[in-house]
Amino acid sequence: MKKVWIIARREVESYFSSLAAYVLLVLFLGFTGFFTWLRGNGDIFFRKQADLEVFFAIAMWTLFFFIPAVTMRMLAEERRSGTIEMLLTKKVQTWQVVVGKFLATMLIVAAALLLTLIYYYSVSRLGNIDHGATISGYIGLLLLSAAYAGIGIFASSISKNQIVAFLIAISIGILFQFIAGILASDATGVVGDLLAYLDINRHYQNIQRGVVDTRDVLYFLSLAAMGLLWADYFIERKK
Amino acid sequence: MQVQIRNLVKSYGEQRAVDGISFEIRRGEIVGFLGPNGAGKTTTMKIITGYLKPDAGEVRFDGVSSMERDFRHKIGYLPETNPLYTDMPVIDYLKLSARLQDVPESEIPARVRKMIEVCGLGDEKHKTIGELSKGYRQRVGLAQAIIHDPELLILDEPTSGLDPNQIVEIRQLIREIGKTKTVILSTHILPEVEATCDRIIIIHRGKLVADSTAGDLRRQAEGKSLLTVRIEGGTSEEQRSALGRISSVQGVESVMEGGVQKWKLEHEGGDDTAAEVFDLCVQRGWKLLEMVPQQQKLEDVFRALTMEN
Repeated sequence: MKKVWIIARREVESYFSSLAAYVLLVLFLGFTGFFTWLRGNGDIFFRKQADLEVFFAIAMWTLFFFIPAVTMRMLAEERRSGTIEMLLTKKVQTWQVVVGKFLATMLIVAAALLLTLIYYYSVSRLGNIDHGATISGYIGLLLLSAAYAGIGIFASSISKNQIVAFLIAISIGILFQFIAGILASDATGVVGDLLAYLDINRHYQNIQRGVVDTRDVLYFLSLAAMGLLWADYFIERKK
Repeated sequence: MQVQIRNLVKSYGEQRAVDGISFEIRRGEIVGFLGPNGAGKTTTMKIITGYLKPDAGEVRFDGVSSMERDFRHKIGYLPETNPLYTDMPVIDYLKLSARLQDVPESEIPARVRKMIEVCGLGDEKHKTIGELSKGYRQRVGLAQAIIHDPELLILDEPTSGLDPNQIVEIRQLIREIGKTKTVILSTHILPEVEATCDRIIIIHRGKLVADSTAGDLRRQAEGKSLLTVRIEGGTSEEQRSALGRISSVQGVESVMEGGVQKWKLEHEGGDDTAAEVFDLCVQRGWKLLEMVPQQQKLEDVFRALTMEN
């Protein structure tokens, strides 16, 4: 676990030492902030309710792009520059590298989400906010992020090109975000149930409703785990 | 650390990069790994470091198979491309390398200081790696390879791309390190092997074609020595027949160099032949203007062993 932490720390430090990181962070906060507060039709002032439902709905989409942009370079760059060889000839296991990168992603996402707590504070001053719903909303966002991060790291393990890694992550994301749901509405029986189960929206909305069910938690965590397992496999195979 | 390589085989698709290589390296030896590009040097080294798994065969360290135990913290490795995190400051990178190799946290500052001193990084230590010149990056690469005080050091073309001054410095550094450690170093620069290595292993097309010292290799390929002499006095014919009569001389060949006639004597008499040539000249009253023993170059040995067909 110590090695995982060493890898994660180096990754976070490296991330925040580049200008691109701050641009990305500003974009994330800018888009979420705009749609939460300023959009007009549908924003918090329009709804006249002291909750963060709008924010949680929009953050799902900003994270959808933000996380692949964070993860795209993590393994792809390591393989392109050959530094992965440097890492793996030291006393480090492949899974430790993969999990370290995942942990780093989650820390970066957590930092970004931490900054959105200002919204929470602001709304709580506007009216009576439902604290429970807000907490489960943030839990939902973190779980969703874990799934996106797993997918992103997997995508980064199969290409040496960051842009390709980004596009692969987005494509896989779309599969779970739209395709599964759309197909599920047409299919029936076991296939329909399976597709409905794969639909990320359903699980996310369950949690947004304030119900943190183990089944939904398991769904997100297994998506993350699958991504990491496949990443480990591809790194090993493409040595 | 003692290293045993047994029947290593590694293929990439159809191509056999390493085809049944076996050799042994004793503790404290500096071994030069030679071969044309694509001979399988890098692949063999990557297998020894544990980065690649061989299709067959095994690597043993001090008698223990690398499959049974993880030896990576006892090995220092500098890959050919010297990949480094260019966004990291030199010191941070060395610390990271030490941590990943299980150096206790309390010893890390001292180790980093030592590496900066040993590898001559003093002036550059606060720069990020991306700002360094190629020579300094190579030093950082070497520093990260030895920061955990490994018992075996594997260097894949450590001097490629450096200028002549840097090459000399890096070689000195390797020789210094080699006093206490087992070193395997690959190169295709032949003088480098002669300058730094105790032993030479030549591989060609994935197979081992030679394993001995530089001197032995040369002698083995030589068999015969050459002596170039230039004599003043007597006619050309007299010189030829007199030289031909020396018992240890097997062949006399006339060569013109810069408008003067010289003789190339093929012999196997070592220094005796030279003495006899001298005596001959004294007897006949000739003047010996030039007598140069010619050593066969390692380049020739290398070419003879690795030429196609």
